[in-house]
Amino acid sequence: MTTVAQPVFTREGAREAKSESQFQIVMRRFRRHRLAMISLVLVTLIFILSLLAPVIAPFERDAIDISSPARPAPPGTRSADGRVHYLGIDHLGRDLYTRVLYAARVSMSIAILVVLISETFGALLGAIAGYYGGWTDTIISRVIEFMLTIPTLPLLLIISAILLRRDVILPLPDFLNRFLSALLLAPPREAQKVVVLVLVLVIFGWLGAARLMRGMALSLSKQDFVEALRAAGASDARIIFRHIVPNGLAPILVNASLALGGVIVTESALSFLGLGVQDPTPTWGNMLSTSQSYMFQHPWLPLVPGVFLVIVSIGFNFIGDGLRDALDPRLKR
Amino acid sequence: MAIDVNRSQKDLLVVEDLKKYFPVRSGLLQRVTAWVKAVDGVSFTIREGETFGLVGESGCGKTTVGRTILRLIPPTGGNVYFDGEEIFKMGRREFKAMRRNMQIVFQDPYSSLDPRMPVGEIIAEGMAIHGIGTKQERAEIIAQLLQKVGMNPYHARRYPHEFSGGQRQRIGIARALALQPKFIVCDEPVSALDVSVQSAVLNLLRSLQREFGLTYLFIAHNLSVVEHISDRVGVMYLGKMVEVADRETLFRNPLHPYTQALMSAIPIPDPKAKRERIVLTGDVPSPLNPPKGCRFHPRCPRVMDVCKEVEPVFEQKHPDHWVACHLYSPSEATFQPPAVPQPQPITLS
Repeated sequence: MTTVAQPVFTREGAREAKSESQFQIVMRRFRRHRLAMISLVLVTLIFILSLLAPVIAPFERDAIDISSPARPAPPGTRSADGRVHYLGIDHLGRDLYTRVLYAARVSMSIAILVVLISETFGALLGAIAGYYGGWTDTIISRVIEFMLTIPTLPLLLIISAILLRRDVILPLPDFLNRFLSALLLAPPREAQKVVVLVLVLVIFGWLGAARLMRGMALSLSKQDFVEALRAAGASDARIIFRHIVPNGLAPILVNASLALGGVIVTESALSFLGLGVQDPTPTWGNMLSTSQSYMFQHPWLPLVPGVFLVIVSIGFNFIGDGLRDALDPRLKR
Repeated sequence: MAIDVNRSQKDLLVVEDLKKYFPVRSGLLQRVTAWVKAVDGVSFTIREGETFGLVGESGCGKTTVGRTILRLIPPTGGNVYFDGEEIFKMGRREFKAMRRNMQIVFQDPYSSLDPRMPVGEIIAEGMAIHGIGTKQERAEIIAQLLQKVGMNPYHARRYPHEFSGGQRQRIGIARALALQPKFIVCDEPVSALDVSVQSAVLNLLRSLQREFGLTYLFIAHNLSVVEHISDRVGVMYLGKMVEVADRETLFRNPLHPYTQALMSAIPIPDPKAKRERIVLTGDVPSPLNPPKGCRFHPRCPRVMDVCKEVEPVFEQKHPDHWVACHLYSPSEATFQPPAVPQPQPITLS
């Protein structure tokens, strides 16, 4: 890796070159990837909008505008009190702009939760498999391979169908319930169902990260610096957490950003098929789903959530590409 | 094997009959089908404050010896005594404390430093593991160590990729020194460096030895380097020690035919100098299936019938000069070949 070394005079009068940290190098290279930068800006914008949803949304999430003569109604329709429905109202008379902001919050929360949990779990399991090798590795690798042979979408449909019909209530601690409710801007009962969906998506979400980290750990654990650590008396936990995982993190980060886009699409697909998050909790997927019967007369209904969905999922893919290029040690730019 | 104790100097490290076999697995069930005898009964002692050079061809087990002594690889058999204590019998906790006394410097300066860590943290890690000093005290020690190995204290904040091979090797040495060890295994520490840098690193190792009273096990395949730095030298061939002597004796008067062949291969920096070169034929046999009798016999220019049948004993032939060769054991030279007719030996002249 090349570093821009500029001579600096320190107190001792010694010539000291300013050194760039690994993170700075990656950032410098990422900034050169134009599409990734544009995507990052757009996705961040949508993320900020979703954070501010309760502040900037003009209406209540589930409020029905009974004053409107037509439902659905096109963008620009005014309510009785003169407020504007910027993106129109849906078939039940709810403000589309408000709902798409809330949906952004739910969809992005699901994506981030799923990716965070599954990448962490996968990376950890992969690091253990690669570092210890032997039977540990054999068992973990075979489980991963077995799960990869299963077609995921039909199975996800079955699992979520079973779990959603049973009306499962998870034994979560109270503070977590309140946190999730605040995160998703939905009552606890609805939040519970979202958590079920998150867990369903995690079941198949960790495989990629585990395989990536296993490969990295396998090659890293053969390196001399790991031997040096063992010669110094370092524990396995120290070697795995302080050395193997940080060194294997680059492909995991790329994988995570690609997975964010993938999870949003999968969640939308499930919701679209009616087996994901249920109305009235809005997600981009179930908004698409409810709008399909009106799409020829009222094309803005599917267009609004659809545009968000496309921007975010393509955006995460470009960010992933940019990260991959920036983190690639072979590119010496 | 008896260990000679009639010496003025204290033995720091005693290796007795060290064995390390690696399993070869094959088939669907990964069953062990064979054993690679990487180290097969090696014995030697290293005295306090000396440098013991260990030479041999690639794959003869030198590195395995070094790593097994440090318990980086579990041993198959044998004993190692460090300062009188039997380290293979120690528990995990007990040995962790012992690790402070024995450190290692690696061959590859690129893979031996964690690329994601600043140099200062790399050096400090051992101290952090053993709970030595506070953060500030450690920072001071790091600054001192960096100066001791010929670098600048401000280098502590930089990352390994900002340094050259020689500098990285110095960092590796500083890391080994950080725990104030008595004994350091130098596993081909200069093999990956340019010749000009090699001598600088060798001289550094020497001056550090004098300053801290260090004992080295110096593993190398470059005989000139070994001659330069060692007090005593051991020669390995295919997992066995074939000869051990002090440097002068081994380089002036080698006894084992293998050592003699090695010595004749040292290049002399004089184009007019004439020398007798003993050229060995063939390759090193696989340690999977070592030859019967003396392991060197298929390539030995002075092979006898006895060599093909009986493994020579590693014995002291002259004071402090150990050899494993039938040429020097009259008792076994009179060995009678079995009555069964043997195929005619191929004599190498």
